[in-house]
Amino acid sequence: MSDHETDVCVVGAGPAGALVADRLAKRGHDVLVLDAGPRFDGPDEDRLERMEAFVRSGDWRGVWEMGGERDAYTSEGRDYPLNHARVKGVGGSSLHWHGMVMRLHESDFERHSRDGVGVDWPIGYEDLRPYYAAAERELGVAGAADDPYAAPREEPYPMAAFPPSYSDSLFAPACERLGVDMHSASNARNSEAYDDAPTCVGYGTCKPVCPSRAKYTAERHVAAAEDEGATVVANAPVQRLDTDERGERLVRAVYADDGPEGGGGERTVEADQFVLAAGGVETPRLLLLSADEANPDGLANASGAVGRYFMDHLYAGTGGVLDEPTRQKHVGFNTSECHQFYDDPTAGATGTAASVPASDADCGPLKLEFVNYAGPAPTDVALDGEQWGDDLLAEVRESYGRFVEVGALVGQLPRAENRIALDPDRTDDHGNPVPRVVWNIDDRTRRTLARANQIQEHILAEMGAEVRWQVGPENTGPAFHHMGTTRMGTDPATSVVDAELRAHDHPNLSVVSSSVFPTSGAMNPTLTIAALALRAADTLHDALSR
Amino acid sequence: MRLTRRDALVALGATGLAGAGVGAGVLAFDDGSPADGDDETGADALLRSLAAAAEVLYPSGVEGVEEFVETYSLGRVRGRETYREGLRRAVSDLDAAARAWYGAPYADLDRDTRESVLRELGADTADADPEGRRGERIRYYVVEELLYAFYASPTGGRLAGIENPVGYPGGVESYRRGPEAARTGSERGDDSGDGGESP
Ligand SMILES: Cc1cc2nc3c(=O)[nH]c(=O)nc-3n(C[C@H](O)[C@H](O)[C@H](O)COP(=O)(O)OP(=O)(O)OC[C@H]3O[C@@H](n4cnc5c(N)ncnc54)[C@H](O)[C@@H]3O)c2cc1C
Repeated sequence: MSDHETDVCVVGAGPAGALVADRLAKRGHDVLVLDAGPRFDGPDEDRLERMEAFVRSGDWRGVWEMGGERDAYTSEGRDYPLNHARVKGVGGSSLHWHGMVMRLHESDFERHSRDGVGVDWPIGYEDLRPYYAAAERELGVAGAADDPYAAPREEPYPMAAFPPSYSDSLFAPACERLGVDMHSASNARNSEAYDDAPTCVGYGTCKPVCPSRAKYTAERHVAAAEDEGATVVANAPVQRLDTDERGERLVRAVYADDGPEGGGGERTVEADQFVLAAGGVETPRLLLLSADEANPDGLANASGAVGRYFMDHLYAGTGGVLDEPTRQKHVGFNTSECHQFYDDPTAGATGTAASVPASDADCGPLKLEFVNYAGPAPTDVALDGEQWGDDLLAEVRESYGRFVEVGALVGQLPRAENRIALDPDRTDDHGNPVPRVVWNIDDRTRRTLARANQIQEHILAEMGAEVRWQVGPENTGPAFHHMGTTRMGTDPATSVVDAELRAHDHPNLSVVSSSVFPTSGAMNPTLTIAALALRAADTLHDALSR
Repeated sequence: MRLTRRDALVALGATGLAGAGVGAGVLAFDDGSPADGDDETGADALLRSLAAAAEVLYPSGVEGVEEFVETYSLGRVRGRETYREGLRRAVSDLDAAARAWYGAPYADLDRDTRESVLRELGADTADADPEGRRGERIRYYVVEELLYAFYASPTGGRLAGIENPVGYPGGVESYRRGPEAARTGSERGDDSGDGGESP
């Protein structure tokens, strides 16, 4: 006897799992969603208090209660701050996320054909294009079709873009002189009331918490799925997935009941279809933890690719000061980007009075972000220091107010040695080996980071800023986008899921996550995750209707 | 520059406690306190000590500190039992140190001595912790609380160059304005002062 029987069991209630659950519940299927973390919607839930706790402490991880034995991990190679990079709970990492949403470019699906590096995706931009449009409607994207470098699109964004900031207006003349095109940034944040969610009022703390709920979180689709009859169980970390006697079909998910009355006891869910949507780290980990006699290296892992090819986006940034106020920190999101160097990272640019030189290095895609929140906020300085009174005010004035920063995201190449493995020496609160993040960056990625820095330096120099800091090849850090660890492909010998996101080895297991990305591109991944989720929901609906 | 009642409401708005009105907060505080007339823990003495600490923490030209601290602190304690107890304990520890080391209530000391007391308690270097050691609690309930209130208010923010501080709604209105907006007076209607209720 199983504790639950259902048509579809979804593991993970972040954007990926919530969208699949919502779509399938709407079409009349029985859906059960399990999430490892809590619901952040109890009677005492107060997003303003959560925000204040963050503003006062600067503690990112604590805001959504990450850390401790449940979330233990180890890191090898470049340090990876995993628990800053994800949230466990209903809504998943979208509780914390920034809400930048961009479509990949056509070139991203053809990295091998075009650049001779990485692999091609088994699907192309055209396959995802209608789902991108649907994903923009689901997430509620504010944007404008003013980006001349973007992939082709058929319809306007659901909401108007947020207009450029004052800070953007300081960059604009310099970029014009250099021939660097600025355009709007698209945001999963309401520039006007959208469905039942309110308009952004600008608390300035999008990341890690939006108290007005104008920023999209997957809580919206969880609620919609529940309205359609789906069941969502929180505090239910899946411990393993069991297969039939031949090791092929999945028959049940076994989870620990970590709810208030559960005492960690084991519970089971039987389902026709299983959807793994536990993020790019826990998804491969669960497959590896589910090894059985027929699948000794873990489920879906005949290729040996589960956990491998781990990728993140890397941040490059150059910041400095102007001798005038720059009006940072009024909002917590960006309003302008530049995708001119995405498909052509090494091309030069020439404007009305100056230029960015071309480069002969071999580089991958990069995108530039004009930051609206450079440097510290007055409260950061005030609460951090040992000075008081007039001395403190002087310090605050010196630290806040004149900063500018141009950021960039850069993709990294898929390499088998970068991986999520099971750590044999450390276990979590349920006695399971914790994830070991083995991570380094390759030379092409370093070159691309250096190229991003070079373009940034030209922009700052042209606007007369004095450079104060730089994040580049040596001190770069991850953008918290976990990709590649259950890559999609046509060949079962080299990939984990097929183009429909079904595991090659198990007919009733789908994986919906950025873990299926064969290459990373350089765009924030969640819009693509959402598009893939909506596409997978169509496939699953067909399978369930047969 | 002068701190106003609205500044306090705005700073409170940032914390989500302003919505239901601060008048009620005053009553709740007075009603909820044991009316034992004990100077060290009575509401008046507590507010005087806090205001005295604020004068050390805030820039020297700022006026209206007492009223600001009163409005803010009373709003803060409203309906928050644990917080109120924590605040009371931290302030009475501060006062006790003043009496023990300098022979007078904290609020009666001159400004330099008040600053010394805070530093001697380690409240300048401690990590803020509401349940920690004395210096850590004073850092949390007195130093950071009051600095947060000030720099998250329009007057404090404006001194720093941002009339719409982080943690306060309104950034979508102000982010496109130029620097003159931080120098001029209020751009917001007064009725928005107690904003910050989550929709
Ligand atoms: C600080 C930060 C900023 C970000 N900014 C952006 C951005 O601007 N744009 C963008 O596109 N992306 C951004 N991201 C990434 C974005 O949050 C993720 O891409 C997105 O949330 C992934 O969705 P998901 O549903 O696949 O996984 P997640 O949102 O991570 O959700 C996975 C869920 O699975 C659950 N789970 C894990 N293991 C188990 C298990 N064994 N059993 C049951 N449940 C389990 C977890 O509890 C979690 O709730 C950001 C991330 C962070 C941390």
